[in-house]
Amino acid sequence: MMTDTVRATSESDVVEAVRDAAARGEPVRLEGGGSKSAIGRPVDGAVLSLKGLAGVVDYQPTELVVKVRPGAPLAELEALLASERQMLAFEPFDHGPLFGEAAGRATIGGVVAAGVAGSRRISAGSARDHVLGVRGVSGRGELFVAGGNVIKNVTGYDLPKLMAGSWGRLAALTELTLKVTPLPEASSTFAIYGLDPERAVAAMARALGSAASVDAAAHLPGETAATVFRLSGFEPSISERAQILRNAVELFGTLEPSAHDVWRDISALKALPPDGPLWRISIPAREGGKVALALDKLGARWLLDWGGGLAWASSDAPAETIRKIASGAGGQAMLVRAPEEMRALVPAFHRAEQGLSSLEARVRRAFDPQGVFETGRF
Amino acid sequence: MARRKEIAAALREIVPGEGVIDHQDELHAYECDGLTAYRQTPLLVVLPETTEQVAAVLRWCHANGVKVVPRGAGTSLSGGALPLADAVLLGMAKFNRVLEVDIDDRIAVVQPGVTNLAVTKAVEGQGFYYAPDPSSQIACSIGGNVAENSGGVHCLKYGLTTNNVLGVELVLMDGEVVRLGGRALDAAGLDLLAVVVGSEGLLGVVTEVTVRILPRPQMARAMLIGFPSVEQAGQCVGDVIAAGIIPAGMEMMDRPAIHAAEAFVNAGYPLDVEAILIVEVDGVETECGHLLDAITDIAKANGCVTSRVSRSEEERAKFWAGRKAAFPAVGRISPDYYCMDGTIPRRRLPEVLQRMEALSEQYGLKVANVFHAGDGNLHPLILYDANRPGELERAEDLGNDILRLCVEVGGVLTGEHGVGIEKRDLMPEMFSETDLAHQQRVKCAFDPELLLNPGKVFPVLHRCAELGRMHVHRGETRFPEIPRF
Repeated sequence: MMTDTVRATSESDVVEAVRDAAARGEPVRLEGGGSKSAIGRPVDGAVLSLKGLAGVVDYQPTELVVKVRPGAPLAELEALLASERQMLAFEPFDHGPLFGEAAGRATIGGVVAAGVAGSRRISAGSARDHVLGVRGVSGRGELFVAGGNVIKNVTGYDLPKLMAGSWGRLAALTELTLKVTPLPEASSTFAIYGLDPERAVAAMARALGSAASVDAAAHLPGETAATVFRLSGFEPSISERAQILRNAVELFGTLEPSAHDVWRDISALKALPPDGPLWRISIPAREGGKVALALDKLGARWLLDWGGGLAWASSDAPAETIRKIASGAGGQAMLVRAPEEMRALVPAFHRAEQGLSSLEARVRRAFDPQGVFETGRF
Repeated sequence: MARRKEIAAALREIVPGEGVIDHQDELHAYECDGLTAYRQTPLLVVLPETTEQVAAVLRWCHANGVKVVPRGAGTSLSGGALPLADAVLLGMAKFNRVLEVDIDDRIAVVQPGVTNLAVTKAVEGQGFYYAPDPSSQIACSIGGNVAENSGGVHCLKYGLTTNNVLGVELVLMDGEVVRLGGRALDAAGLDLLAVVVGSEGLLGVVTEVTVRILPRPQMARAMLIGFPSVEQAGQCVGDVIAAGIIPAGMEMMDRPAIHAAEAFVNAGYPLDVEAILIVEVDGVETECGHLLDAITDIAKANGCVTSRVSRSEEERAKFWAGRKAAFPAVGRISPDYYCMDGTIPRRRLPEVLQRMEALSEQYGLKVANVFHAGDGNLHPLILYDANRPGELERAEDLGNDILRLCVEVGGVLTGEHGVGIEKRDLMPEMFSETDLAHQQRVKCAFDPELLLNPGKVFPVLHRCAELGRMHVHRGETRFPEIPRF
């Protein structure tokens, strides 16, 4: 594949690169650390790398905000926050390991652009819920600012949230202001073993609906099927909350203490094969059990996170079959990993209905009238 | 006015019976929202009952070039629902049903005219509640909350409306009905829901809302802490957060606000202090106890002179009574007051308060401050008398200077009340013309003829064709499949 990469190290580099691309009439693909570059249709053409636009611009722990450039490595940012006992509550993770690569390449810009969120998304929200402000260069080659640098703001349209999960199709972000939260003082993980997926989803619903303040709930199938729950917060409260949790799920089995590593294994999808097509299926939580059974029938390997609202599935089944399962449950399926031949034919995103997709196209054109960021990847 | 008859007749075809109001006497009831300084009788009012009617009304207005102003409960403090003389006012009050509660998925599906508090009422029997709690929650509607991205005293811990809404059904100005988001956490495609929430009725009319509901915490306890200076109170707030504590609510009031509130509701506030903090924690008993101990220590270290922890629900309610009654309390000591809503980085508080005091002297108008201290959202209340010539204008000028100050120190014009008509002309303080053009092009994507709630949010409404103008290089444009307007 032929790629021509421009490495921006300043905002004006980005403006220039986007204007150049517009002048040439050629699209440009935005890239951070490249940990997600094998997602979407394989495309040739120019790449604008934002990796060199790195560093923390301002960090005010007691204001609960951090301002960073997009190329800042996720791991470095998280280490900085941890040094002040803070974190990104949406629990972003590095996609590298899902593609057989070492972790460490993911950047904060890529995490936000892809709307990446881990197990705590169920209680703390997603990347979009933590982006307070952005600076960026739209497809018009113009630098713009949106949102603000404080945690409470409703001035103007919330464009920062729109940028989250837009996969670099609206603007090249050059600076992001994110909300940060205190790192929990303590965390405990508990498990119920041996539940089938439907019972597991029901148990997770009971747990998440209890006053135990469960911050994550997931289900791993198999011989020793484990339905896992995490309680985080102040040390003294955890045993009381564990008792509330125990009571909430007692109909489903005995709650046992479990190793904390399980959450790291879930975000790295250790339980699933390291290669072959990988789907990320977002559905209403109550449908998680049914979707899991349908995936079982296909012979897929899967796990459930977000109390049943997210299924990761590894399957060779035809894309239409997977997408039918997702839409049948009122959700959608994204193709995260697949061989090039498959990605050339199967779009990464679940297609929206007609009216919505034309509205979306109009919004994309509002930021990018010439399609500078329309590489055909999505 | 001939036009009024024609429009009324056409809309009666769509919404029969009492659903179209065009009699002057009845129209007066709609002439303002919560920002009462601005008044305007609408051309006429239409009160549809179904999504189909909303779509048909908008389609007709679109086809006939008639402007539309959507309205929920009309409690906006920024004039977001202020009528226009030449626009149809589209009232959503009849959309007042809770459609579904799903405890397993922890969601409620409601119509937009349902009040904020009614959502909680619908789910509290099952131990749940809807977290965003703007102070107008008895009256304000969920549709209005979506339009304004409403907050409340608990949003530090539980987020604004945008963090608690999963999906909406939205009717576009041309009558097209779209669904954004839904019951699943992540929808496919662009997060258009994110711009619709907080769009102040400029992008579409919401006809159904899916909200996230939360299990009610086992208990909540509040603390009332008095400080000899605002600086010490501010430092205490920063230290609480630095200790890793995000309280469910953390409110500050200054001396004038304390005195007004105490005189009004006898909440038991100390009167010999410069500032009080009301800090609420919630969760299980051990957690509340642990946090209250920690906060007590932090308050002492910051030189607090009084500190009380609520021992009962009544006492907790009493601590809040003064804060919740702060606006009407100020209304008792002054014929009129004007409520501001800027947010600042919290560490700049002492400086902002000092400069605000100087401005207050300069304009000769008193200011009382209530303050969502945890998130830096200030509500300075400017006291004035509208019957004195020029005083309203002076209050507005002072308010504008206060908001400019908020932006200057790194904050924003509005934390939760919205831009509306009130702060529209201040937008250039925060955003360049290029920034605003990027926002307004989103408006153009939803409503290219600019018929929906015109005159709000943006200081200048550029025609969409003008905003879309750009230099075309070598005659190439992409998106050939989309017609240009």
